[in-house]
Amino acid sequence: MEMTLVGPAVERQPRTLQWWTTICGYADLVPERGVAALVRGRHQVAVFRLADGRVHCVDNRDPYSGANVLSRGIIGTRGDRPTVASPMFKQVFDLATGAALDDLSVRITVHQVRLRDGLVEICL
Amino acid sequence: MGRGGRPGHCPGGAGMTSRTLVVVGNGMVGQRLVEVLRARDGDRTWRIVVVGEEPRAAYDRVAMSSYVDGRTAAELSLVPQGFYDDDPDLSLALGEVVVGVDRAARTVRTDAGRVLRYDALVLATGSRPFVPPVPGHDLPGCFVYRTLDDLDAIRARAATARIGAVVGGGLLGLEAANALRNLGLTTHVVEAAQRLMPVQVDDGGGHALLRRVSALGIDVRVGTLTEALLPGEHGHVARMAFAGGAALDVDLVVFSAGVRPRDDLARSCGLPVGDRGGVVVDESCRTEDRDIYALGECASAGGRVYGLVGPGYAMAEVVADRLLGGSSTFTGADLSTTLKLLGVEVASFGDAHAATPGALELVWTDQVAGVYKKLVVTDDASVLLGGVFVGDASAYPVARALLDRPIGGPPESLILPAADGADRPALPADAQVCSCHAVTSAEVSVAIAERGCTDVAALKACTKAGTGCGSCVPMLARLLRDAGVATSRALCEHFDSTRAELFEIVRVTGIRTFSELVAARGRGRGCDICKPAVASILASLGSGHILDGEQAALQDTNDHHLANIQRDGTYSVIPRIPGGEVTPEKLIVIGSVARDFGLYVKITGGQRIDLLGARVEQLPAIWRRLVDAGFESGHAYGKALRTVKSCVGSTWCRYGVQDSVGMAIALELRYRGLRAPHKIKAGVSGCARECAEARGKDFGIIATENGWNLYLGGNGGFKPRHAELFATDLDGDSLVRLIDRFLMFYVRTADRL
Repeated sequence: MEMTLVGPAVERQPRTLQWWTTICGYADLVPERGVAALVRGRHQVAVFRLADGRVHCVDNRDPYSGANVLSRGIIGTRGDRPTVASPMFKQVFDLATGAALDDLSVRITVHQVRLRDGLVEICL
Repeated sequence: MGRGGRPGHCPGGAGMTSRTLVVVGNGMVGQRLVEVLRARDGDRTWRIVVVGEEPRAAYDRVAMSSYVDGRTAAELSLVPQGFYDDDPDLSLALGEVVVGVDRAARTVRTDAGRVLRYDALVLATGSRPFVPPVPGHDLPGCFVYRTLDDLDAIRARAATARIGAVVGGGLLGLEAANALRNLGLTTHVVEAAQRLMPVQVDDGGGHALLRRVSALGIDVRVGTLTEALLPGEHGHVARMAFAGGAALDVDLVVFSAGVRPRDDLARSCGLPVGDRGGVVVDESCRTEDRDIYALGECASAGGRVYGLVGPGYAMAEVVADRLLGGSSTFTGADLSTTLKLLGVEVASFGDAHAATPGALELVWTDQVAGVYKKLVVTDDASVLLGGVFVGDASAYPVARALLDRPIGGPPESLILPAADGADRPALPADAQVCSCHAVTSAEVSVAIAERGCTDVAALKACTKAGTGCGSCVPMLARLLRDAGVATSRALCEHFDSTRAELFEIVRVTGIRTFSELVAARGRGRGCDICKPAVASILASLGSGHILDGEQAALQDTNDHHLANIQRDGTYSVIPRIPGGEVTPEKLIVIGSVARDFGLYVKITGGQRIDLLGARVEQLPAIWRRLVDAGFESGHAYGKALRTVKSCVGSTWCRYGVQDSVGMAIALELRYRGLRAPHKIKAGVSGCARECAEARGKDFGIIATENGWNLYLGGNGGFKPRHAELFATDLDGDSLVRLIDRFLMFYVRTADRL
């Protein structure tokens, strides 16, 4: 449950201001259990490995409570959408789009994720 | 509480108030009159002087029995904060009796020697308990059941009494019996008539009520006339002698054998009274004297005295309107009532005794379930005239709404258990479903049909129905079902089964992982509702450590961190302190942990210590030190057993009759970690004073000389409820056997909350 501090290994993308950052090993992620990562000392993100192996990454901040807790939410589905429920007041977010499924005026930021050599990387 | 009118700045600078109204009596109805008049008399044409006989201002006499269960006089008060203090044109004198009326001079005299002039006088003196003039009725230890002072006296006497008897088996008598039972007395009820609640209920209903009341351990004697009360050696009442020679040893007697209107003030000034008492008033609630009104239980309107508070309030509205020049009338009120007495539902409405010529009766009697339902209909069975329900009054809202109207369906369908598909008579469109917010059945139907309300919550939001007292919520659910909207009890979109059904599926199939269960009986990958519910079921059926393997992903964050998430994402840590007993060394460990991690410390309602502000990464270190000191998680967050509170009990307390701390610790260690559909709280009190508030718990234990009384089904929180006596004088082993089964039953069959 340690907060994952991101190492210096950074791969630069020429055109956009975002670049890929390694978070942790894919094998370190427990299916349907989130982890929180502090990227470059400024961004708190939540990373989830789903039962089917896909990995999603969203902001760790819960917009309703303002607390950085989404990584501790319960993973599931709503219809065919992959979801996380905030542990605070249990609002449900679509992990693919970031939309709050019961309140379309609210959306959390989704970050691209890719797997390279067994490592999880996000684009931020 | 109130003080005489005091000079002061007159609000709004209005001119001198011209007329004076004197109100004799500050009971529920008198107070309602003053409030209604004050609210409508914007330009202060009336200065009001209230003279109340009791030492307390108006309080809720209907709910008075809850005073014995611990509700305070303040909670029962009906007088809004500062109502009499902030208004120079309004004064209340308490503990003062009006002793004479001079109609010519238009003045009243009080026992304090005051003479008050009135332009209008309202008699709101209520009624007095009728005490049968049997020898010994005034012995020490005999009481009436009318005021809070009566209850204080009864409670004081009950502390040293063992056997109590109530003379009178009507509504008030049964309330008094319940009060005595709650005070721990062996209780008897003696009723002269052949049945209980003879006014509201008929023979069939009376017998059902008698069986239900007797089943609660109250000895009921109907058709028994009390002939004499005999004193013991120190002069207190000690024995009751009945006609026919039977007798009964008692320490305390409560008379609640009906009331008589207090019309003596009216008689003393020559105002006519009804043949059964009560100041005669006309439709405007005026007596024969134009300037004198009477309302509530002391008035006889249309030849009837109305003992219920509903008609009293209606009369108060009429008098207030009349005093302001209005012309509204009181033409009588329906005496339908429904109430829950000693846990027994009773309802009586319309022509309950089938007095209407040619009326026919339909009766459903189920002595096994202790249910009696009777309808009175016209000779062609088309119009509902009245009825009586005992044991199950769920049909009362519909029946009450259909009174004196065409039933529009087979009348028996109203009272027969609803066979599937039975076409129950639809509620008339304008029938009132929710009386708190005056929502009719038509409005509810529109909300369902046109505004997309598919469940009770939506109906509440849409129509406000059910947001008051909530007694119409079952009716809302029924209207939804009747409109074809199935309110499903499926756990969530992932499982069609209910929680209880899922419990049996897991128990029978032996499935021990979520993936297996959702693949076999559900769909998708679950959610924040079903995952914790399945986790709880797996835990209750013993599936290894709750964080083992796949189970970890099912747990709520609190169960992961053994702590309760707070609004800023930090956690509250509450170590388990069984029965509230702790050692100095352990206290020191808690203190040092709080100091070293900079935590905020607070004592909890469950007799434990709460450490707040722990960040998620600090929790392992915090728990390492607490566990090393012998602590474990107190589950203050979980849908599990929370605490078993205790009072110090017989080890220390001079009143303790059993070791409540020892029992509380044993129970908490036995049931700790038990996961359940919702949180479970318990308490053990060492004597009848109940300092551990056990009756506010899911299961509560109160010590007696020869063992333990077990109470079940209590609740604090949103809808407080006192746990009901389930079994008495249990030894330790049988107490645990019963609690085991109660908890197993709850864990296996309850729905998710």
